[in-house]
Amino acid sequence: MSQETATAEGGFWSDSGKTGIGSWIFSTDHKRIGLMYLYCVLSFFMVGVLLGVLIRLELIAPGPTIVTAQTYNALFTVHGVVMIFLFIIPGIPASFGNLVLPIQLGARDVAFPRVNLFSWWLYVIGAVIVLVSLFTGGGAPDTGWTFYVPFSARTTTNVSLAVFGVFILGFSSILTGINFVTTIHRMRAPGMTWTRIPLFTWSLYATAWVQILATPIIAITLLLVVTERILGLGLFDPSRGGDPIMFQHMFWIYSHPAVYIMILPGMGVISDIIPVFSRKPIFGYKMIAFSSLAIAAAGSAVWGHHMYTSGMSDLGVMVFSFLTFLVAIPSAIKVFNWVSTMYKGSISLEAPMLFALSFILLFSIGGLSGLILGAASTDIHVHDTHFVVGHFHYVMFGGTGFAFFAAAHYWLPKYFGRRYEEKPAIIGWVLMFIGFNVLYFTMQVLGMEGMPRRYYDYLPEFARLNFVATVGSWIMVAGILIVLWNLWRGLLKGEPFTGNPWGGATLEWSIPTPPPTENFEEDPVVTHGPYDFKGAGVP
Amino acid sequence: MSHLEKDAFGAKLGMWLFLFTEILLFGGVFLLYSVYLAKYPKEFGLGGKQLDLVYGATNTVVLLTSSLFAAMSVTAIKRGAKKATLSLLTGTIGCAFIFLFIKYLEWSAKIHHGIYPNSPKLIEGPPGESIFFGLYYLTTGLHGIHVIIGSVLMAWTAVMVQREVLHAGDNVTLENVTLYWHLVDLVWIFIFPLYYLIL
Repeated sequence: MSQETATAEGGFWSDSGKTGIGSWIFSTDHKRIGLMYLYCVLSFFMVGVLLGVLIRLELIAPGPTIVTAQTYNALFTVHGVVMIFLFIIPGIPASFGNLVLPIQLGARDVAFPRVNLFSWWLYVIGAVIVLVSLFTGGGAPDTGWTFYVPFSARTTTNVSLAVFGVFILGFSSILTGINFVTTIHRMRAPGMTWTRIPLFTWSLYATAWVQILATPIIAITLLLVVTERILGLGLFDPSRGGDPIMFQHMFWIYSHPAVYIMILPGMGVISDIIPVFSRKPIFGYKMIAFSSLAIAAAGSAVWGHHMYTSGMSDLGVMVFSFLTFLVAIPSAIKVFNWVSTMYKGSISLEAPMLFALSFILLFSIGGLSGLILGAASTDIHVHDTHFVVGHFHYVMFGGTGFAFFAAAHYWLPKYFGRRYEEKPAIIGWVLMFIGFNVLYFTMQVLGMEGMPRRYYDYLPEFARLNFVATVGSWIMVAGILIVLWNLWRGLLKGEPFTGNPWGGATLEWSIPTPPPTENFEEDPVVTHGPYDFKGAGVP
Repeated sequence: MSHLEKDAFGAKLGMWLFLFTEILLFGGVFLLYSVYLAKYPKEFGLGGKQLDLVYGATNTVVLLTSSLFAAMSVTAIKRGAKKATLSLLTGTIGCAFIFLFIKYLEWSAKIHHGIYPNSPKLIEGPPGESIFFGLYYLTTGLHGIHVIIGSVLMAWTAVMVQREVLHAGDNVTLENVTLYWHLVDLVWIFIFPLYYLIL
């Protein structure tokens, strides 16, 4: 990223008076930290995409194609670790959350600016450790991103270092969560009551609580894996009296709620974009805010649905199945409210809105296929097949990934003072959307037909659909590249973006573009809700 | 809340949230403890009897005393008594060192008897016993790391009190470090009965 070009724009790019790399990596300005996160998560996203393409390439035909079986195991493990821990968990909350949250609240920064910078450093250190683990020791981890014991305790690959890196990333996530909760409680501008908080910030509030309450469990679980490997305590080793299922419980007590760390901010982005591009106040503000909290709460009690086939009492299966179904209610509330918001609205189909609309469709497909997995009887048929892979890519990438790009098109012009070109954005979106469905819907069909996940080789009858899926991945990647190239070029050299072109009523649209370092010259007094366009003076 | 004034309440809120995550971290270990206690009640009982009650009890007293000193240092700095604050903080750190020293004696005695993770004696013994001592080393080790971190934080605040960065008007950092210290103490208050007493 060329800073010279950007600093010419004014605002927080230049008015701290300092330039050079030090003014960024030691900056406590939430906007600079947000952008640094953005650059990092996007870089790791590209790494993850590359690994994903390689996985698909290997699976294009039966038998060995481009890599050995061991490399293939490392590929899907590293793809998972990079995408989950380096891209999708910090993706929206750490980058766009940092960029937008304080401004939406009318604050000049987060509650603990130095802790915020420290979180970013921890993120970078953790990421570097994870990357180093790929090339040192016994080679890249080959356990799958879940690090299941007993294999993870025995494999000679570099699991300990990778797991330690993830531990540090978790610490970064906790600190961001604490920072956001404190900011939302203590730094709201006068008049910013709880029912005037924009829904993106509301979703970050729910996310932050999950980060605080769930992440410590993965921290201790990962420490346990490291101690198992180094000291041989035997806590998960059946031959020493331990229980490997305990690991799965502890792992999913975090990792299932972590799914909501990934999706809730995306839902928040959509809740902010849909009303602006429909020129209508959001339908059911309170229900959307409440459903974020409900998803965070209910989503914390459903971890057992990952273990239906691992040996669990029938009662346990039924309880977890019931709780899993409960999460569908607040999720559906959101979807219905977004659709109701658009009803009789004056919809303008610009890039952020297109990504938001595709979010609704893809997330719905992902959510509904989740119900098939949540019901024990159907889950036993498709457990650990490509159906599961298709399902969570619909939610994670179709949901959060598309929301991430929606947010990038919606908010980044505000911070760069320039905008992307509309036409390439739409072409890129079309390719992404088509490629995405060709890739992941095919995966769901493959799974229904019985193709297991994580397998290096497969039976000839799966060859045709695997070929289709791989072609889908190429179309999608072409779309991603066009979108990123268009954003990058537009934000550096595009036409100027000033004022409030989208017509948003949240506070970030009331300040200069790009925002000054202090955000607000004087503390704002909030007199209207975030979707009260008339109150904000938007025609 | 304007950014110009320092928000002591916000700082403490953040600290409490952080302490909550620490409780959950140790909660993971206690979760394992409860599951394996249900699975191996007899072996856990026998294991508990092998731990040295004198060491454990002494350490409990030492740690409680350190928490008392820490709490008194907060009162002292609020009264503006810099000297008293410093000596109370020194007392806290001293207690932490005594605690760690006793822990060292205790661990080395155990290791001397062949009880340590992956030791031949534990591998040959009943599985529940190896789980008990695995958890024992894990929990007390993790707690010990927290004692060390707490001592470093205490020393750092002492320097800031010395330099009068922290004083009667602005002492939230000292209060937060003290809160952390109380947490370390609190965790021990659970470890001591679970491992040494009730079994």
